[in-house]
Amino acid sequence: MFRPALLVAALAAAFPVHADTDLDALRAELKDMKAAYEARIQALETRLQQTEAKTETVAAQAARAPEPAPAAESTRRGFNPDVSLILQGKYAHLEKRDERFVSGFIGAGEHGHGGSERGFSIDGSELILSASVDPYFRGYLNAVLNDGEVDVEEAWFQTAALGQGLSVKGGRFKSGIGYQNEQHPHAWDFATNNLVYEVLFGEGYAQDGVQLKWLAPTDTFLELGAELGNGNAFPATNNDSNGANSVALFGHVGGDVGASNSWRAGLSWLRARPHGRAFESHDVNEAGVTGNFSGKSRTWLADFVWKWAPNGNPTQQNFKFAAEVFQRKESGVLACDDADIANPSLCTGGLSAPFAADQSGFYTQAVYQFMPHWRVGYRYDQLLRGDVDFNGSDAGDTFETLADYDPRRHSLMVDYSPSEFSRLRLQVTRDEAQQGVAENQFYVQYIMSLGSHGAHKF
Amino acid sequence: MKPVTFLLRLGLVLGLAASGAAHAALKVFACEPEWAALATAIGGDKVSVYTATTAFQDPHRIEARPSLIARARSADLLVCTGAELEIGWLPVILAESANRAIQTGQPGQFFAADYVTLLDKPAVFDRSAGDVHAAGNPHIQTDPRNIARVGAALAARMAQLDPADAAQFAARWADFSARWQAAIARWEAAATPLRGTPVVVQHAAFPYLERWLGLRQVAVLEPKPGVEPSLASLAAIKAKLAATPAKMVIRAAYQPPRASAWIAEQAGLAQVVLPFTVGGDAQSTDLFGLFDSTVARLLAGRKP
Repeated sequence: MFRPALLVAALAAAFPVHADTDLDALRAELKDMKAAYEARIQALETRLQQTEAKTETVAAQAARAPEPAPAAESTRRGFNPDVSLILQGKYAHLEKRDERFVSGFIGAGEHGHGGSERGFSIDGSELILSASVDPYFRGYLNAVLNDGEVDVEEAWFQTAALGQGLSVKGGRFKSGIGYQNEQHPHAWDFATNNLVYEVLFGEGYAQDGVQLKWLAPTDTFLELGAELGNGNAFPATNNDSNGANSVALFGHVGGDVGASNSWRAGLSWLRARPHGRAFESHDVNEAGVTGNFSGKSRTWLADFVWKWAPNGNPTQQNFKFAAEVFQRKESGVLACDDADIANPSLCTGGLSAPFAADQSGFYTQAVYQFMPHWRVGYRYDQLLRGDVDFNGSDAGDTFETLADYDPRRHSLMVDYSPSEFSRLRLQVTRDEAQQGVAENQFYVQYIMSLGSHGAHKF
Repeated sequence: MKPVTFLLRLGLVLGLAASGAAHAALKVFACEPEWAALATAIGGDKVSVYTATTAFQDPHRIEARPSLIARARSADLLVCTGAELEIGWLPVILAESANRAIQTGQPGQFFAADYVTLLDKPAVFDRSAGDVHAAGNPHIQTDPRNIARVGAALAARMAQLDPADAAQFAARWADFSARWQAAIARWEAAATPLRGTPVVVQHAAFPYLERWLGLRQVAVLEPKPGVEPSLASLAAIKAKLAATPAKMVIRAAYQPPRASAWIAEQAGLAQVVLPFTVGGDAQSTDLFGLFDSTVARLLAGRKP
């Protein structure tokens, strides 16, 4: 058989030197060829592997849900209009009193949301509907359901497309004056109203009319507004006239300080011409009187709000400070008579005399969310009764409710909000709003928000 | 009536002064930093961009601050995520801004989520399930391919609103898009080892990132979206992780560290804080930096 080794040995013997070099060349060529083929095979293998890997990736990508073309506008909310319902109620531990009033001030009287019931009670349930009417207007309704009645708190349209920062609102709306005025009770930071709004407006000032607002094209927030209305709420009256019975003007400025602080400040003015505004009181001898006031009423209101949240992220911790100061001047004629003919008062036989009041007051509050869901707050309300003259002397000489007394109230609350839609609150109030009474009050309150509850203002 | 007429006159004068001013750049009001960065990338010096939130704010919950209303007042284009992410504050801003250009249905209102297929659409929409979004999960910016989809639509929208600069927008977008596609390939190659990595997330904020990189989500710390984890729910997750172990726990820069830190220590996980959006960490100065950092932090979290 063929033995290469033998052949090589024979050849080597036959061609001693130069044949050896030829053979080496042959060997080298063979070796090169082998190396080249190996390299090419290796290259092919790598390419095959890469292709396989790629196919796998593609297959995997294909397996992972293909990307269908998204339907445009798919992220808009489908339901129109937005509906939300606010359930609120409380347990109030109050002393038994024959009547409750704020001394030294002609009070706004009725409370829209139920005020001073003792024990368990529900406050009005707010039903809110809102939507765009068309590209030009949006509409809003806030109806408060109480026993046997529905109060329309707000029902308005607002322009959406005037441009130039202008907007017009028409219908019944909460006035843009002050800070708290536009808030419904469910957005308050305390279970009870502050004394300022209580004596100025009862709950808040709302009227039927029109509002014009203008937002300045500046980086600092600057908003100016004017309102004309029928004045169907205290301190105004609806005078059965064609004109505006109430005029309100307001301006607000606001901005940020760094990422963590923001603020808003405002100045508002309200003018009303009450005519025959009902007045109920009792004289210094406890005899009931009834009457009415006609004249003019001017209210100035200054407000300031400051909010802090670390890095502007209020989820964990935040702090809010708010304060409002007012001055109200009223002058005109107060007419009074006995409420009960059998119980004669200082007004017996009917008395109509000049009345003038120059009064002021403020509230200041701080609310601190110290950990997620939990907040504590303190509020101090202080009214300054000032000068109240009736019939040439101090009105306190005639009417017990207008006694020379500066009402005040301390409130301390803690609330827990499991989510942004529910809130439970505990409040302790030291109430010295009525002369001669110092009462400790306890409240437990719940506020539940169902449906697409709209975003709250600042 | 004197104050009224004065006010009207003042308003008129200031209004005219404002409208007469030169209209130099397209004014963009971006709800989140990622869209601000995208608008800047497309617009360059032809846009002036205001960002409503930072990377350290929860975009679900910020206050409708006066400063935001003032900025929205003069915006030509509103760029937001949509899908109800901003529902807690944007409606107030829109209503109070009195700016016709950015109202619903106007070309000046742009929602990024309209151009992306949303994941996690809830089968049942009920508040008892927590803070769920009917349209689907709105945190779309964690997948760079979504950025590309939104960017293409945004470039077209910006060109529509500012035809004079349309050519520049198109050119800048083409340039960005090419660099972006190359970057995506680079990130995908770098992130290959992450495929199949089991992860825990604090908030369900990362489904798009998980799908893009093939991360496998084994648990969410929040028992329900937007609901803070309790000790009991964390303990349940710890038990679950004993059976199906994970590599890392992921949270966004704006989220509080407590829950993540606890589970990381208890279950022996790496804590990964992702920038989540532009500005979320030192490296995330733009969109490229955002994903450079995201991929790097995930890879670092994978190492034992």
